[in-house]
Amino acid sequence: MKPLSRIAAVAGMALVGGISSAFAGDTFDAVKERGEVICGVHTGLYGFGAPDEKGNWTGLDIDMCRAVADAVFGDATKVKYVPLSAQARLTALQSGEVDILSRNTTWTLSRDTANGLNFTVTTYYDGQGFMVKKDLDLKSALELEGATICVQTGTTTEVNLADYFRANNMKFTPVTIEKYEEVTAAYLSGRCDAITSDASQLAAIRANDTPDPADHVILPEIISKEPLAPAVRHGDDQWFDIVRWSIFATMEAEEKGVTSANVEEAKKSTDPTVQRLVGATPGMGANLGLDEAWAFNIIKQVGNYGEIYERNVGMDSKLELPRGLNAMWTKGGLMYSPAFR
Amino acid sequence: MTRRTETPGEISAREEEPTHVSLPPPKAPATTPLMAFDWAKKNLFSNIPNTILTLLCVWLLWETIPPLINWVLLSAVWSGGDPAICKAAEGACWAFIAEKHRFMLFGLYPFDEHWRPLLATALFVAVLATSCNPQFWRPWLLGLWAAMLVVCGTLMWGGVFGMTFVENARWGGLPLTLILSVVGIICSFPLAILLALGRRSDMPGIRAVCIGFIEFVRGVPLISVLFMASVMFPLFLPEGMTIDKLLRAQVEIIIFTAAYLAEAIRGGLQAIPQGQYEAADALGLTYWKKTYFIILPQALKISIPPIVNQFISMFKDTSLVIIIGLFDLLTTAKTALTDPPWRAFYVEAYLFAALIYWVFSFFMSRYSQYLERRLETGHRR
Repeated sequence: MKPLSRIAAVAGMALVGGISSAFAGDTFDAVKERGEVICGVHTGLYGFGAPDEKGNWTGLDIDMCRAVADAVFGDATKVKYVPLSAQARLTALQSGEVDILSRNTTWTLSRDTANGLNFTVTTYYDGQGFMVKKDLDLKSALELEGATICVQTGTTTEVNLADYFRANNMKFTPVTIEKYEEVTAAYLSGRCDAITSDASQLAAIRANDTPDPADHVILPEIISKEPLAPAVRHGDDQWFDIVRWSIFATMEAEEKGVTSANVEEAKKSTDPTVQRLVGATPGMGANLGLDEAWAFNIIKQVGNYGEIYERNVGMDSKLELPRGLNAMWTKGGLMYSPAFR
Repeated sequence: MTRRTETPGEISAREEEPTHVSLPPPKAPATTPLMAFDWAKKNLFSNIPNTILTLLCVWLLWETIPPLINWVLLSAVWSGGDPAICKAAEGACWAFIAEKHRFMLFGLYPFDEHWRPLLATALFVAVLATSCNPQFWRPWLLGLWAAMLVVCGTLMWGGVFGMTFVENARWGGLPLTLILSVVGIICSFPLAILLALGRRSDMPGIRAVCIGFIEFVRGVPLISVLFMASVMFPLFLPEGMTIDKLLRAQVEIIIFTAAYLAEAIRGGLQAIPQGQYEAADALGLTYWKKTYFIILPQALKISIPPIVNQFISMFKDTSLVIIIGLFDLLTTAKTALTDPPWRAFYVEAYLFAALIYWVFSFFMSRYSQYLERRLETGHRR
């Protein structure tokens, strides 16, 4: 048994590979040299970052990584995805294990400062809300006095809930459950009057888990701000600019009506902003240190923000989330790209 | 989950026996029903509490077994990729497993290359099965293992013979769980023997090191070490340098299992009568000969139950590697559930994963019982 184990042990060590060294110094140079962007993503959150049944990563956060890969390499597939747990995500970025953290992460002051992150652009404005059964006939969360409310344990959701009720001097009974499926089941079985979670999650539950979505309403109050944004490390301004403007390019494209379908024609556009965006008028790429076709490639391969949104979380997806705050500023939302010039 | 469905089944096998026997077989002598009746009376209805318990059990089985069979088999939906059909049905939604089984089994491995992990897993299991038969405990088995590991590594990594390269960060599902546990078992076992021997050594230095190692590792939970490895450890490395995640997880599993196993083996060592040591010394055997020929064969035989216990528990603990972002079997099952229309069918997903875990664990447990019987060579305790 012993010599057998020894040989197997040696073979086993050979099987698990060695130590890999990523980069030292400038992120952009390291990425170019490596030939791929390393992107920290969620371990599985449908619509934002999750592998599909073929093991391909899809989602809004994933598309932001693909956009950056397009800007740098002109090829959206040159991304390596590193799934990260909620606890490990900040360390992974700080330690240089990933180049971008695009993992459904809320932009907060402490993370932006003490944790050494630089948030680039908000790609999704989320917030905590309430869902109730329609036959309760509620119009506002302020009518939830004395209600029993289902909430997931160990999340900021629980804290926000308590804060909101204390601030409004109302009483409530929380039903705290650890697993998401069980929270939903508890709400549907009538153990609680209301369920609270991020509005995007509530919409997903309403669309997919309820027997009839029309029987449930999401109340208009949003009790917390959850701006979700990809982040990069402190202290590398060039990389920060590249990631941030790659995302802005998708928003500018939507505002100007440039889509993956018409981006070829957009090259002949008479609008000077569009010309600068797609590289027909050079300059923007050079400023970023990228190829002049950087934004053209993003729009061509990944699409503009509207396309990304609809495909992953909007009406073309199984989540069917309305644009709401995530519409362009020209349509009453908060999505706004600074000027392309 | 498996255990919950398993237990009523076991009870039913035991409890329903009398009812079957009490039906008189056509050719049986007239005493048989009476004997069965006597048996039932003696064992099941001997006094009032027993009678109440028996009736309660029969009622419980009547309440649980038919709905369970109905849910698992009769009303279940077996195929068709439409979640709406499943939602309308009363029974289990096995269509979900049919739709997602490839992701659950192989995780993030490129879809078109799934034959590679499949073949590697099959090879792995075949060589494991071969090694279980004591007839094949010959030197060539080592060669077979080495060849199998090389072939499996080649299949999984690729990069040669026209196969695309797949880095080990994309390995997942069943192959990952098997690699982590089998390599864990193979590497931790000799380490554990050395630790156990070291702990009983006369040399104070070695003893102190072994005790220190075992007590330190046993004193912290595996989950906290995995956290350290993913949250703290990278900050101490030079910026940009990362250690392969699979290697991190594998080393932690080996160290942990070795520390626990060492204590199981020490139990075996201490159970050997002092006379065995003295007799070996009297024969003039060196320490290593004494250990190899006299002590270990006896000690390991005694320790088989706790050793296998540790292996089974380690096999299931591999599911903790999700903490460092590896997609083991349980995680792939969970991830398959993130697809919104299928989210309602988590019971089916967990049952599927549990069934696979159970098959392997049950095999280990039965095999250990077989080994115990086979190695039984006297002084039964």
